[in-house]
Amino acid sequence: MSLSILKLVSVAMAAATVPVGLSIQAAGGHRQSRPVAMTTLLPGSITYPMPGEFLKGGHPQGNPRLERQLDRPLEIMTYQVSVGDYAACVAAGGCQPPQETRAVPSDAPVTGVSYLDAEAYARWYSEATGGHWRLPSDEEWAFAAAERFAGEFEGVEDDANNPARRWLTSYKAEVELKIKPDPRPRSRGSFGVNSRGLADFSGNVWEWTSTCYVRTTLAADGTGVASSVDNCGVHVLEGRHRAYMSNFVSDGKSGGCAVGTPPDNLGFRLIRDHAGWANRIFGWLGIV
Amino acid sequence: MFTRREALFGAAIGAAAVAAMPAFSATITQADIKALPREKIKLVAPPFVHPHDQVAKTGPKVVEFTMTIEEKPVVIDADGTKLNAMTYNGTIPGPLMVVHQDDYVELTLINPDTNSLAHNIDFHAATGALGGGGLTLINPGEQVTLRFKATRTGTFVYHCAPGGPMIPWHVVSGMNGAIMVLPRDGLRNDQGKPVKYDRIFYIGESDFYIPRDEKGNFKSYESAGDGYDDIVKVMRGLIPTHVVFNGKVGSLTGDNAMKAKVGETVLIVHSQANRDTRPHLIGGHGDYVWEQGKFANPPAKDLETWFIRGGSAGSALYTFLQPGIYAYVNHNLIEAVELGATAHFMVEGTWNDDLMTQVEAPKPIAVN
Repeated sequence: MSLSILKLVSVAMAAATVPVGLSIQAAGGHRQSRPVAMTTLLPGSITYPMPGEFLKGGHPQGNPRLERQLDRPLEIMTYQVSVGDYAACVAAGGCQPPQETRAVPSDAPVTGVSYLDAEAYARWYSEATGGHWRLPSDEEWAFAAAERFAGEFEGVEDDANNPARRWLTSYKAEVELKIKPDPRPRSRGSFGVNSRGLADFSGNVWEWTSTCYVRTTLAADGTGVASSVDNCGVHVLEGRHRAYMSNFVSDGKSGGCAVGTPPDNLGFRLIRDHAGWANRIFGWLGIV
Repeated sequence: MFTRREALFGAAIGAAAVAAMPAFSATITQADIKALPREKIKLVAPPFVHPHDQVAKTGPKVVEFTMTIEEKPVVIDADGTKLNAMTYNGTIPGPLMVVHQDDYVELTLINPDTNSLAHNIDFHAATGALGGGGLTLINPGEQVTLRFKATRTGTFVYHCAPGGPMIPWHVVSGMNGAIMVLPRDGLRNDQGKPVKYDRIFYIGESDFYIPRDEKGNFKSYESAGDGYDDIVKVMRGLIPTHVVFNGKVGSLTGDNAMKAKVGETVLIVHSQANRDTRPHLIGGHGDYVWEQGKFANPPAKDLETWFIRGGSAGSALYTFLQPGIYAYVNHNLIEAVELGATAHFMVEGTWNDDLMTQVEAPKPIAVN
């Protein structure tokens, strides 16, 4: 993965980032008492490795790096959904309790939540606030995470004559990341903010995305996709490395990352779709 | 800790009183043994094994080992769960000792005064005195030297056995290991033909019983003695909270994965001092397996999974034929995946298409 490309993009975007943690309350029409800090990112583009598995000529390929254009502003939670936020959903009957028995500060990100839990929260939160809230897609997450986005392991070799090269090199790449288990959730903000002003990306909580696992066969001449099969029973998680997990899994240790280090914890943050509101803000800022 | 320590010492003294001095064989005198050559071995931490000859180059000798007992807290999983461990030489399992048949094993066991408990050692390879347990019970601040003759070949467990309820508690706190007594002329296959290994790894499997608090989280204790009552309650349920190789979840994966090359022959020695286990090499086999561990019996051939009885050590010889990442597991897969009993081999080499090939990569199901 070429981090340098991403960094260029993120530097360019950082200048245009509009942190609007307070202004949202005026414009958002919240029906609930707990306002949530939001950050709006201006449209931009990223070049990033697509999630999923890719084959060409019957052999695994490195994930293709594509430039993706995000043509609308992205309004995303500055922090991950917290223990307290999620507890409100549980109390209201909109969510199942998280699979979390450890003593965790109430302002820590909620952990022990599955994709299904995250979806339930988004549904409930949309209803509670009258907005439209959803999980970010993998590319939206990568865009927002900017320099904190890790994606695929580097240095993975594909050898048509020796499939074991891929297994061995990806195992080594993962080992070389030297990720030590860091299981204890911490108060929000503990992992700092990225260049876009968003907090806690790629700390010890991996985040669910709305992107399904997909296996794609690339055309032999390299000009496109020959076929692809989605498995939406498995979704992409992002964090210090990319992971794929079944929708019902709430414990990172239950698997996901090759054979090595699993995610420490599973959590999420949401995006709000509200084009009309965003346009008003941009108009107000004199950008559009 | 005064009362606890007193109680433990009380048990220790009781066991020592029962032990009797062994009688030496009438045909070999102390002077004969004294005349034998001596070799001093420096033990190494598992999964590695100290250098040794597979075929003995000389006649029997006295092989000297020293092990220091260390009581210390260790972390046994990625969540930071703590075990107040008791260890031989600081590792779980203790180091693998290797000698040849008819050698004399001479072990000096040291219990530093920084420890709080009495310990000893029971060698399943030894004859008499509770496997040596009756002659080796030492309090903190003491050391003892035991010599026994390695009369039978094979892999054998050793463990701490300081009497009564102390025995299982010390064993599941980490105090176990293995010794391998090789035939003087090396290992032989089922046809009686010599076989050799290029690499040897020692895997000691442990079952741990960590108490939980009312919320289900693992508890930790100031000292081993403080946790004793709670741990015994979990032990009596017979369901371990952790089943791990070499002392902790993931001790033989990632950076610590075992390494080999295609074409190399590996001997995997596997001990379990307390509980049955069933090792399996995913994507490989046991070419020759001494399931019960004793080399006087011909090895079983081509096993998929082998059974190591609780309280024994077995070994499997395998020549890697294909590169890749191999998982070596306890094939109770719940114990392998949920409780921790998984190790990895990283095997480099050339892929053999004849043995396996993906004829067609995954693609959408064909219609018509």
